[in-house]
Amino acid sequence: MSQGRSPILELNQITKAFGGVEALRGVDFALYAGEIHGLVGENGAGKSTLMKIIAGVHPEFSGRFMLDGKETRFRSTRDAHAAGIAMVHQELSVAPDLTVAENVFLGNQPTNRLGLVQWRRMARDAGEQLGRFGIDVDPMSRLGDLPIGLQQLIEIARVLFSGARIVILDEPTSALSPPEVERLFATLRRLRDEGTGIVFISHFIEDILRVSDTVTVFRNGRKVAETAAAETTKGALIEAMIGRGGDALEHSYTDDLQLAPSNGGRVVLKVDQLSLGRSLRDVSFEARSGEVLGIYGFMGCGQQELSRILFGKLRPDGGTIVVDGRARKLRSTAAARRAGVALVPESRRDMLFHQEPVYKNISISVLERISALLLKPARERAIAMRQVEQLQIRPPVVGLDLGMLSGGNQQKVALAKWLTYPPRLLVLCEPTRGMDVGAKNDVINIVRDLRAKGLAIIVLSTEPETVLSLADRILVLKRGAVVREFANEAVSKDRLLEAA
Amino acid sequence: MASSDSATAPAPRLRGFGAFLRSQMRNIAPFLTLIVLSAFFAIASPSFATLDNVGNILTQVSVTGIIAVGLTFVILCAEIDLSVASIANVTGIAVAYFTLQESYVNIANVPMPGWAAILLALALCALLGLVNALGLTVIGIPSFIMTLAMMQIAAGISALLVRGQIAYKVPPLISTLGSGAIGGVPWIVIVAAVMLLGGHLVLTYTRFGRYIYMVGGNREAAEFSGLNVKLILGSVMVISAVCSGIGGMLGVAHFGSAQQNEFDTYLLDSIAAVVVGGTSLFGGRGGIGNTIVGLFVLGVLNNGLDHVNIDSFLKILIRGLILLAALIINVYAQRLRERTTD
Repeated sequence: MSQGRSPILELNQITKAFGGVEALRGVDFALYAGEIHGLVGENGAGKSTLMKIIAGVHPEFSGRFMLDGKETRFRSTRDAHAAGIAMVHQELSVAPDLTVAENVFLGNQPTNRLGLVQWRRMARDAGEQLGRFGIDVDPMSRLGDLPIGLQQLIEIARVLFSGARIVILDEPTSALSPPEVERLFATLRRLRDEGTGIVFISHFIEDILRVSDTVTVFRNGRKVAETAAAETTKGALIEAMIGRGGDALEHSYTDDLQLAPSNGGRVVLKVDQLSLGRSLRDVSFEARSGEVLGIYGFMGCGQQELSRILFGKLRPDGGTIVVDGRARKLRSTAAARRAGVALVPESRRDMLFHQEPVYKNISISVLERISALLLKPARERAIAMRQVEQLQIRPPVVGLDLGMLSGGNQQKVALAKWLTYPPRLLVLCEPTRGMDVGAKNDVINIVRDLRAKGLAIIVLSTEPETVLSLADRILVLKRGAVVREFANEAVSKDRLLEAA
Repeated sequence: MASSDSATAPAPRLRGFGAFLRSQMRNIAPFLTLIVLSAFFAIASPSFATLDNVGNILTQVSVTGIIAVGLTFVILCAEIDLSVASIANVTGIAVAYFTLQESYVNIANVPMPGWAAILLALALCALLGLVNALGLTVIGIPSFIMTLAMMQIAAGISALLVRGQIAYKVPPLISTLGSGAIGGVPWIVIVAAVMLLGGHLVLTYTRFGRYIYMVGGNREAAEFSGLNVKLILGSVMVISAVCSGIGGMLGVAHFGSAQQNEFDTYLLDSIAAVVVGGTSLFGGRGGIGNTIVGLFVLGVLNNGLDHVNIDSFLKILIRGLILLAALIINVYAQRLRERTTD
């Protein structure tokens, strides 16, 4: 449909490296007016990097950047903005303390001749714009008081109605409910028909297929396919994203993996009808002793909230949690620890003390057991040393400040901290993220050891490989609900992605 | 091979003497300041470096020292208590209020036995600390604002108790500890030393002390470690109020009177002692040892400026400048430390 016209935006042979790591390698990309262009690819495939180049976030790159047939270089996001390019980033970037109207007109408030803000006009215009988008809110209410999904819609609305000719949406639907997604799509189609060029990035391949005219697939920093959306299928796109034959060094999990039948272990955790706002809806499952339960889903699917609820950091709106046969309220992290739950969050920074020595980081969870009042530093060091040896933490010096260790070793310390206080249930969020192959294997072996010792383990990850490499049983979480369980059957990366 | 590796590897950096100095800057800088100030005043004034004057300095910093013990706990948790001086004042007034005053003192006081007066005064300061604790942990009011309100509340209770009058009598025990001496050593110095030592032992050798450093070092991590962060924060607020109350009772005996606004300068002095000593305002670093050095820096400065002939109005400005310098070092030391370990 776009043949015969010249693109409004054309990129040739774009290459971009971050500190020696190439995020994009020789990518060509073209966007036409009146087109919705879908982008798909795994985490780190280069989609977001390319879009940030277009939006002027990354001014340094090599390759040719043509806007309306003229070679252009943006030095900043301001330049991109002036050229009519607007982007909705993956992370919500709104000002929660300002009103809805101020957010809609952020940096662009209507003023009178004296330079004073025209509040009444701003409120009226904001109300009209949001109304066109099907959002009915008081423009003078504080944005932070609205639900997250609505905040995201308002941010999208701001960008869509900013008059930009090129609009980039990076994962805009992750926090939206199905009717909100419908409204967004209707608006995108209308803007397209009015001649706007739209780039739409999403993990939800059904969404991409429904709304896009053209789809481009990225893998490992390269563009591997470009096709009309009407001429492809979800299966074909997933295959292009993952790639057959595997250029990765590791196990690529493209082939079927047979999950073992249940070991019949004792039920350690039973979660029933757990719900939390828009993040979790009626989530029910069990975790058994001697079993690793994998929970897979895209960013924003509710994994993080689920892990925080299990560790007493968030209180659910409804539902019950039974640990070892006893119903638990889990009012605080201290209560969760006493109930036998341990959590290793995705960010090591959040759970370790970087300015304290390794042994204090490890012993903190057992302090209550080994010392009633006075500390026993020699005992603490001995306990820590045993863990350091078992987990092969390098360097094996328990007096060293934690901040001096490498990321992989810090992650091992995070595990060691809970192994000195053997919990009944260990919840691991993204246990191997950002680790090299060797460290990953170490962590995988540690988790298998713990399983053999009879712990119930839950691994939550947005990376299919992580879940596939560790789990005996897999739940797929999608927009806050469990949509599929894989148990005692064959599973592969394709099937996981298909289910999510 | 080895040399090219060590140049490029992002592995743990080797810590040379320079790195050690940088990481210890918060401990070294206050100590150097103390030595330089002492040397300066010793040379500038013959009456400064005498045994008598050392005794004076010790006595002068005692009340501040007692208050600073609790405040050290609070600041180590990365919180602040602005109500310490007001709570000291109201506790001192309360202990006098419950003691029989001379007939010329025009206060409707409620005389009680000495032990009862002391217990009631202690209960009052503990209660005010508990209100601080609940405001901070249960309601979630930032400590800066919560204790600002408490500063007014405590001052208000003081005003209602004395109604602009001055009380003189306190229970005999308080009177002895505040203004008596044993073997030439003032009791108030001994009390301050014992409390400082006690605070140091708690912070260094007990589980509670470890938890305070952990909560101050990384509150998020403390919570993810399953510590009861709110209980720890609440406890330090109560400890701070009780230390202030003891300082207030002994202070009243030391000064010989109990009246409104008597302790106003002690808020700045006690915060200054903790921070000048090098305890991090961001929490998790420092301790009673730092507070002691800070106390002496302030004590030497206040006392020394009286020994050299200096405009007494200029003293205030000089103290302000010294505090600013200490704050700059405090923030700077934190940055250096983060750069070496992170």
